[in-house]
Amino acid sequence: MRAVLEPALRRYGAPLTVTLLVMSAAWVLLMIALPQLLMVDYSLRPMLPPSKLGGPEDVHTLRNYGTLWSNAIHLGIFLKTVWGSALVTAVTLALSYPMAFYLAQVAPKRKLPTLVLMLVVPFWINEILRTFAWYIILAYNGPLNALLVGLGVWAEPVRLLGGDGGVIAGMVYVYVLFMVLPIYNAIETLDRHQIEAAHDLGAGWIAIHRRIVVPHAKPGIAVGCIMTFMLAAGSYAVPALLGGPQSRWFTEIIYNWFFEGGNWNQGAAYAFILLVLCVGFILLMMRLFRVGLTDIAR
Amino acid sequence: MTAAGLRRLMTRAYLVVFFGYLFLPLGIMAAATFNASRFPTVTPWRGFTLDWFRVLAEDLRMWQALGTSLLVGAAVVAVAVPLGIAAALLLDRLHGRARTLLYAVMVSPLLTPGIIIGISTLVFWKQWFGVTGGLFLTVVAQSSFIATYAMLMALARLQRFDTSLEEAALDLGASHWQAFRRITLPYLMPAAYSSALIAFLQSFENYNTTLFVRGVETTLTIYIATKVRTGLTPAVNALSLVLIALTVLGAVAYEIMRRREARAAEHRAP
Amino acid sequence: MSRDVALDRVTMRFGAITAVRDVSLTIGAGEFFSFLGPSGCGKTTILRMISGFMEPTSGAIRIGGQDMRGIGPNKRPTALIFQNLALFPLMTVGENIGFGLEVRGVPKVERHSAVQRLLDLVALPDAADKRVTELSGGQRQRVAIARALAVEPSVLLLDEPLSALDLKLRQHMRAELRAIQRRTGVTFIYITHDQGEALTMSDRIAVMNHGVIEQVGDGASIYDHPDTAFVAAFVGEANRFAGTVAEVADGIAALDTPVGRLLGRNPRGLRPGDRAVLFVRPERMREDGAENALAARVSHCDFEGAFVTAVLETADGVRLQVHTPHRGGALPFPPESAARVGFCAGDAVVLPPGDAA
Ligand SMILES: Nc1ncnc2c1ncn2[C@@H]1O[C@H](COP(=O)(O)OP(=O)(O)OP(=O)(O)O)[C@@H](O)[C@H]1O
Ligand SMILES: [Mg+2]
Repeated sequence: MRAVLEPALRRYGAPLTVTLLVMSAAWVLLMIALPQLLMVDYSLRPMLPPSKLGGPEDVHTLRNYGTLWSNAIHLGIFLKTVWGSALVTAVTLALSYPMAFYLAQVAPKRKLPTLVLMLVVPFWINEILRTFAWYIILAYNGPLNALLVGLGVWAEPVRLLGGDGGVIAGMVYVYVLFMVLPIYNAIETLDRHQIEAAHDLGAGWIAIHRRIVVPHAKPGIAVGCIMTFMLAAGSYAVPALLGGPQSRWFTEIIYNWFFEGGNWNQGAAYAFILLVLCVGFILLMMRLFRVGLTDIAR
Repeated sequence: MTAAGLRRLMTRAYLVVFFGYLFLPLGIMAAATFNASRFPTVTPWRGFTLDWFRVLAEDLRMWQALGTSLLVGAAVVAVAVPLGIAAALLLDRLHGRARTLLYAVMVSPLLTPGIIIGISTLVFWKQWFGVTGGLFLTVVAQSSFIATYAMLMALARLQRFDTSLEEAALDLGASHWQAFRRITLPYLMPAAYSSALIAFLQSFENYNTTLFVRGVETTLTIYIATKVRTGLTPAVNALSLVLIALTVLGAVAYEIMRRREARAAEHRAP
Repeated sequence: MSRDVALDRVTMRFGAITAVRDVSLTIGAGEFFSFLGPSGCGKTTILRMISGFMEPTSGAIRIGGQDMRGIGPNKRPTALIFQNLALFPLMTVGENIGFGLEVRGVPKVERHSAVQRLLDLVALPDAADKRVTELSGGQRQRVAIARALAVEPSVLLLDEPLSALDLKLRQHMRAELRAIQRRTGVTFIYITHDQGEALTMSDRIAVMNHGVIEQVGDGASIYDHPDTAFVAAFVGEANRFAGTVAEVADGIAALDTPVGRLLGRNPRGLRPGDRAVLFVRPERMREDGAENALAARVSHCDFEGAFVTAVLETADGVRLQVHTPHRGGALPFPPESAARVGFCAGDAVVLPPGDAA
């Protein structure tokens, strides 16, 4: 322990090092690690009235996890959340890649700062407000229906809110920038000459992207996919605003366990399942794109 | 038309569509503020009005929620920025396995869904300290991941720090504390200001985490979401418009600050 | 008040590397002492141990007789001028210089007058309110010196302080440093890999190689009486002839070399049969070959104003340098001519081959 802290002690002296250590420990232990561990412990216990806590029934059990298997509705919603988040991720990737490439390699240097600023600014705007914007667009009497009826795509306004389609469209809109910026950052470091050289050697555009740009952008793509999937799977605001009773998201089930069902233990188990899903996705991406944690957190 | 000309045209079309996709929804939302309709929409247009700003200004619960948001935001800045900076200072002096492990744990909140941060905080404080949802837990839960932003920003700046400056201060007789206060801390201030701004905005707009730990408190973001679901009027649009305007100003100011800083750093490097 | 610095069997290891090996020496109070050696030989490491940023792996450092083990850099009576100066960029020149006094709690008024006195000392009387970034290289150098002197150290440590300056400024600052040292009487420990700096400024010099001190002495004795082949080759220029000792008598050794038998002083007591190298300075070579005569052809001759440098080559392909003062008239050593040169045995030295740079 002393050897680990030796450089810190040399630089900051003992009192300051201890202060830094205490503050870091307060954050890491009290605010990150212990809450997570306790949530897992909590999820492994049955819900009991206060009188029975610590009694013979207060034992570890996997029953709360079993609930997901036995409840077909919940399981269906869980699976829908998984594939819905994957779909959101795929669509945002397809939307973002050309933009990221354009900004990083094609856009004229003079215009670049403005273009990047135009991308960054909506990124700063409250997620709720961006979701709310889509609420207005998708409304029964809203502009999208008016437009499509006007164009004769359909004769009558159609209900766009309250279904899975609206939720997914809203998520794509809200999270697209979490995909563009990391990929842009990655492609930006690619030397333009590499593309020109490949072009010169007779490679077509598809080959250039497949063999040169995409391999170089891998860390950025991985980060974008991880962030988008995590945000989509963990989103509460978008399904709550744009969805309805027929299009519930897994996060809404978790919320209900806590604040309507009043079964925190059960809710904790579902929350942990969601966490495992996200961690699993992160590991999958890290394996798939061969990137490390330091590439992700930048 | 030549192939290059066609490609340029398609690129232009794509740009217009993409930026249209980004900004049009916000524009429609803003426009709906001025529509004299009881429900926020732009179709059909029932005439121009500024009345919804008056309605908004008279909404007492909105002002209360704003007050709560400002209070929570200030508290999060006060908690998360020092924690993040302390952690960065510590990480900067660790090597090997200890550093890797600590870094991974400190970064993990960014990769954890917000609702899980809220839930774990809620359960932990209830179990160990008997504390239930409210302002305190809101600040704690938000700070737990916002401190990560502060840590990353301070660490990035520390990596460009010339440690011989601290040594020079010690050599001239400064105590460790004096060297820290006079040399290291002033050097970190730009990162501290930026992370304070980020921390405040993150706190202000947070929804997913806050939802679980708020108890009966209502922040402005929570209030907007509630309004959209129950009792939606264009007053919500008016509020959104004001917030977006403020955010855009803040974002532009921050970007300018960041770029100036980056340019200064480039100048200093030989 | 200046103090002496004693190193007692000091060794510093970094893992497998031994940066400083078993160094013992005493630097007198008020002395201008230089460590001279090639890059990576351990000079900075010695300085950082004296100033307290590193503790020696073994051995002791005493300043004014007091053992420094466990005493931090902020408690030692030393001040270090860093290789990169390490001026505080966010403070003005005056705040930089006053920093050491400020942290000691010296009141503002006193601090101001001390800063002004130091600025006068380093010939920057009007710089107090300038930003560090507004100064030229030489001015920064002076500010760093003033900042270090402000805390009235007993020992001033300087780590290649002139290496970033251009040639002219470097020469000017040499004289300036020497003058400041005389005026203040502080013990200066100076690090350099530039022999010109070491020779012109120092009272004594320690020549280092691979973490070991090869020789300590004043400039003349190091130049004229090198103890090792490394010192002979590193300090100044030398013609060298490798061979085997044939005979020894009266402090003179006869060495059999490819160009014939040569005589030189034998300070290390070499015995017949030992491998050895004979060194002789170019300016000790003579145009007439009395002792140690060598026949050679002139390959080229450079006129440098005050003196002439000729490069010669013997029939066996050994290259020789000869410096002669220019006293007017025709230049000696016309190119491509044959020449006979030589040197006195007393001007040459025979040393074990060792690690000749
Ligand atoms: N902190 C350290 N960790 C590991 N090795 C070190 C450390 N400091 C110095 N060394 C090694 O010790 C040796 C001596 O280094 P030192 O800096 O003392 O050389 P120097 O004589 O000052 O060289 P220069 O003239 O280039 O400044 C070098 O081989 C260097 O790599
Ligand atoms: Mg050095």
